[in-house]
Amino acid sequence: MLLREVLYLMQKDFVLEWRQKYAFNGMLLYVSSTVFICYLSFGLRGGTLGVPVWNALFWIILLFTSVNAIAKSFTQESKGRLLYLYSLVSPQGVILAKIAYNTCLMLILALMCYLFYTIVIGNPVQDDYLFLATILLGAIGFSTSLTMVSGIAAKASNSGTLMAILGFPIIIPMLLMLMKMSKNAIDGLDRSASLDELITLLAINAIVVTISFILYPYLWRN
Amino acid sequence: MKNAWWKILTVVLLLYVLIAGFLNEVPHLPILNESIRNTYFHVPMWFGMIILLGVSVVYAIKYLRTPTLRNDIISMEAAQIGLLFGVLGMITGMGWARITWGEYWSNDPKQNASAIGLLMYFAYFVLRGSFVDHQQRARISAVYNIFAYAALIPLLFILPRLTDSLHPGNGGNPGFGTYDMDSNMRKVFYPAVIGWTLLGIWILNVKSRFEILRQKLYENV
Repeated sequence: MLLREVLYLMQKDFVLEWRQKYAFNGMLLYVSSTVFICYLSFGLRGGTLGVPVWNALFWIILLFTSVNAIAKSFTQESKGRLLYLYSLVSPQGVILAKIAYNTCLMLILALMCYLFYTIVIGNPVQDDYLFLATILLGAIGFSTSLTMVSGIAAKASNSGTLMAILGFPIIIPMLLMLMKMSKNAIDGLDRSASLDELITLLAINAIVVTISFILYPYLWRN
Repeated sequence: MKNAWWKILTVVLLLYVLIAGFLNEVPHLPILNESIRNTYFHVPMWFGMIILLGVSVVYAIKYLRTPTLRNDIISMEAAQIGLLFGVLGMITGMGWARITWGEYWSNDPKQNASAIGLLMYFAYFVLRGSFVDHQQRARISAVYNIFAYAALIPLLFILPRLTDSLHPGNGGNPGFGTYDMDSNMRKVFYPAVIGWTLLGIWILNVKSRFEILRQKLYENV
């Protein structure tokens, strides 16, 4: 029952996104212009960025992209549509659908970012599969924690600033773990070295999803 | 006066901590030397912060179950005092770090984690400030409060254990048994934790009573 609701709501979000392509294209343009600005401001000619800087820059670009992309997940819903949803589906369905949808969105954006980053700035990654796994985990992590935050921020008047100040502190632990894991992937370390980070990330994600699942009904009621 | 015993206990404990904390014998460990006395002031701040933020979350949950003015105010005031304890813990820690580690800020995982934790709760007050409607403010900040606490706990207790900290007793598990304390120090440390926490609860008690009265007065004007 809940699963059907979630799938249906996700389908709704995808259709909406497809119909208003400007939002998604805007995000793609945001990613690519940020990468390009970084390329220009570091004055790079052919991949001279050190590995720690490459890694940090990549995740910071992704962080800002995700904050921007996810911030609109609740503000774009009009009041009338929210009321309509309220009478049809359960709040748990809404938040799970939003999280799943944002995960897909973030995954696409992160892969595009990686691709563009590789072309413009260079690619020192040695363990590609681990790095892709890190990107997947990052997409899941960013969307789980930021979806709830965007739900909270959407209720307030200055939701743009609030999204950043509420979201950043919550996302930092996750970001640090991700950076460490992707650093391991870049250096081509043995995969068992990243196991600790992997488990911690999954645990944090599980906590955040559970909390969102429990709390969203209270947020929704208006 | 019947209910005042714990306030008297607070005063007695804190006086004892102040006097004994500066005068009693402490083990002379390398690097730490006399600065080990900071254990009586710096560490209890974090205990107080966690406990007060815990109180804040409990009242946030209570608010979501039964939305009353009292639950909201206690939740907010507890977060405020918890934040005060956090800031004091940060200041006492930084002053101590300057003389033992050489820097005010030395990229220690615990230092970073507590700074992030403080940011979360500063954001809580910005969030509160951005609502006009009382009930909406109370409900949404209660939701954020619970969410932030759930994010804070892994931050403070799990992440520092994955990396080595510069803090005394670390490098392995930062549990109690590994603190280099002898029984002499424990005699002051435990009263210090209880005393400072009770002081926080006392401040919470006074402040939330005052705030509830103020709200009621303004409602009637």
